[in-house]
Amino acid sequence: MSTNKSGWKKLTSMRLFMPLVCLLAIIIVATITIPGFLSISLKNGVPYGYPVDVINRASELVILAVGMTLVTAASGGQDISVGAVMAVAAAVCCQILSGGEVSVNSLSAPIIVAFLAALVASGICGAFNGLLVAKLNIQPMVATLILYTAGRGIAQLITDGQITYIRVKSYQVFGSYAGKFPIPMPVVIAIIVVIIAYAILKKTALGLYIESVGINGTASRLVGLNSTMIKFLTYLICGVLAGVAGFVASSRIYSADANNIGLNLEMDAILAVALGGNALGGGKFSLMGSVIGAYTIQALTTVLYGLNVSADQLPVYKAIVVVVIVVLQSPVFKKFIAVQKEKRTSKAAVKGGAN
Amino acid sequence: MKAKVSGTKKKINGTTFLLMITILLFVVMYAAGMIVFNDKGFAKPQMFLNLFISNAGLLVIAMGETIVMITAGIDISVGSVTALVCMVAANQMENHGASAYTALLMALVIGLLFGLIQGFLVSYLEIQPFIVTLAGMFFGRGMTSIISTDMISIKNATFMAWAKYKIYMPFGSYSKRGKFLPAYIYPTVIIAIIVLIVIMIIMKYTKFGRSVYAIGGNEQSALMMGLNVKKTKMCAYLLDGFLAGLGGFLFCMNSCAGFVEQAKGLEMDAISSAVIGGTLLSGGVGTPFGTLFGVLIKGTISSLITTQGTLSSWWVRIVLSALLCFFIVLQSVFASLKKKN
Repeated sequence: MSTNKSGWKKLTSMRLFMPLVCLLAIIIVATITIPGFLSISLKNGVPYGYPVDVINRASELVILAVGMTLVTAASGGQDISVGAVMAVAAAVCCQILSGGEVSVNSLSAPIIVAFLAALVASGICGAFNGLLVAKLNIQPMVATLILYTAGRGIAQLITDGQITYIRVKSYQVFGSYAGKFPIPMPVVIAIIVVIIAYAILKKTALGLYIESVGINGTASRLVGLNSTMIKFLTYLICGVLAGVAGFVASSRIYSADANNIGLNLEMDAILAVALGGNALGGGKFSLMGSVIGAYTIQALTTVLYGLNVSADQLPVYKAIVVVVIVVLQSPVFKKFIAVQKEKRTSKAAVKGGAN
Repeated sequence: MKAKVSGTKKKINGTTFLLMITILLFVVMYAAGMIVFNDKGFAKPQMFLNLFISNAGLLVIAMGETIVMITAGIDISVGSVTALVCMVAANQMENHGASAYTALLMALVIGLLFGLIQGFLVSYLEIQPFIVTLAGMFFGRGMTSIISTDMISIKNATFMAWAKYKIYMPFGSYSKRGKFLPAYIYPTVIIAIIVLIVIMIIMKYTKFGRSVYAIGGNEQSALMMGLNVKKTKMCAYLLDGFLAGLGGFLFCMNSCAGFVEQAKGLEMDAISSAVIGGTLLSGGVGTPFGTLFGVLIKGTISSLITTQGTLSSWWVRIVLSALLCFFIVLQSVFASLKKKN
């Protein structure tokens, strides 16, 4: 009996327990509300159905969530410019591919060049944020607010206020399927990003450094870590990953729509980090938790779409979820619960004593 | 005696210096506009009053933002609250036959509700203000689109009478035929200026105002001094919410419509106005008077760009962001200089 109980406790205290429970809850709700949610069929040799759709659509979010997790862990704040940086990267990429034309049927530059240029552009955005946060000690959200508002304007300037279309098959591959390969390319890219990030964080000491800077920046500096550099690096990585996400997103719609690429995705990325059981105040983090969180958010979005909620109205529900999560995470609330529990046990003890 | 003199000198070096830069920047920008665009009527008194007319709502909202930022908090939900207020007012007056008075009341109630909930989460549950108001921002925008995704223009007679009532000034300009055209303002300007004066008095002379500065300067010491930190923060967010509601209504009187994309990025305008006006992001420092100049600079940038004509409206945001960035860097340089001293 007691071993069974401790086993249960072990399970619930596991880091990925809560994120997985959330994901499971969403899936259960989805199966009840949307008929045929879990069924997968084959169409033209590729799997088709809601689960595939969720995993496919979540790819950009997964990529963003990786960067957002690192930024949150190191600086205790969030990068709210990721959506705008996605738009900038997409604009740069499409502008190079089209060579300045509005709509093209052939590429004017190799895709790899455009991809790298997009990464450089988003890396510059990330470095700008990192400079403000790490070097000048500005609160992360205020610093990233600058690019959050200016980013889409810059993207508009790059594309000259127009939507650049790239009607070329070889470019669309990155947002759909590559030949007969049954897994969508965005999913493949997301998996590669997660594996690389996981390998770097686990095989080098970077993950440990990020956590220690997030827990106590001054103490980390005193033991010899370059906390400014580590914070800067997380923002740089976050920017570059936003560029990758922007590349995938623009390939999906084979165009650079500065107003709509990555719209409201910063909110989703922050939600994914919070749902993954990471404290938004920084410190210890779990990359896998954030990835699960990202899939949970995408499942939630799909369910809401299934319930005929329009895209404009989605933020209302997501905002409520965010508030609930941060309230549950807040130390004041946790203390309140602990006090209530103590009261109950002490009451029980008094009763036991009377008997 | 000598110590006193050096004391005042030090004060000028710090925050007052930032405010002086701001005022100088405004004067230089406006004077440059008057010289370059003189043929387009930039030098007319009406042009100056237009700064107030088109930014009356922003001025009121920026006042609330300043108070919250002095407590070392922030509110990025104000743009969405404005959109929601405009939409509710337009929807109530046009589709449900409400009077303009009811619409005004509802605007204020919406603002107060946002202030109440956000204030509670920030001050009593100690959640980061940015996360709370980010959620508020998305919530407000989403609610606006739940009410209506179409644009609703306001045709209510009382409302339009309020919005278009011209108050003539004793000065003005002369038309080409020599006819005297008096400059005018709308009632929104009067309300905004009254709000400005009231907030200036509150921040300078009331217990609440001084507590706000004390908390922003150092929360720990304010607590030790026996100030009720949580209650003061709560009141600050409540006041900010109320001003966002009122400012939203003034904004609505300027645009006379409600639509989902309205006032997008207004939170950025309000924050940058406060920062340019000398409010420190780390809290404890800032004045409503400085914020007024922040708002005027924002207004000058946008009227310069619209008068110029060929630049895209995106440039307003980009220039403003660059200016915000410049002032943030300046603040941080001043802060590090202070530390060294």
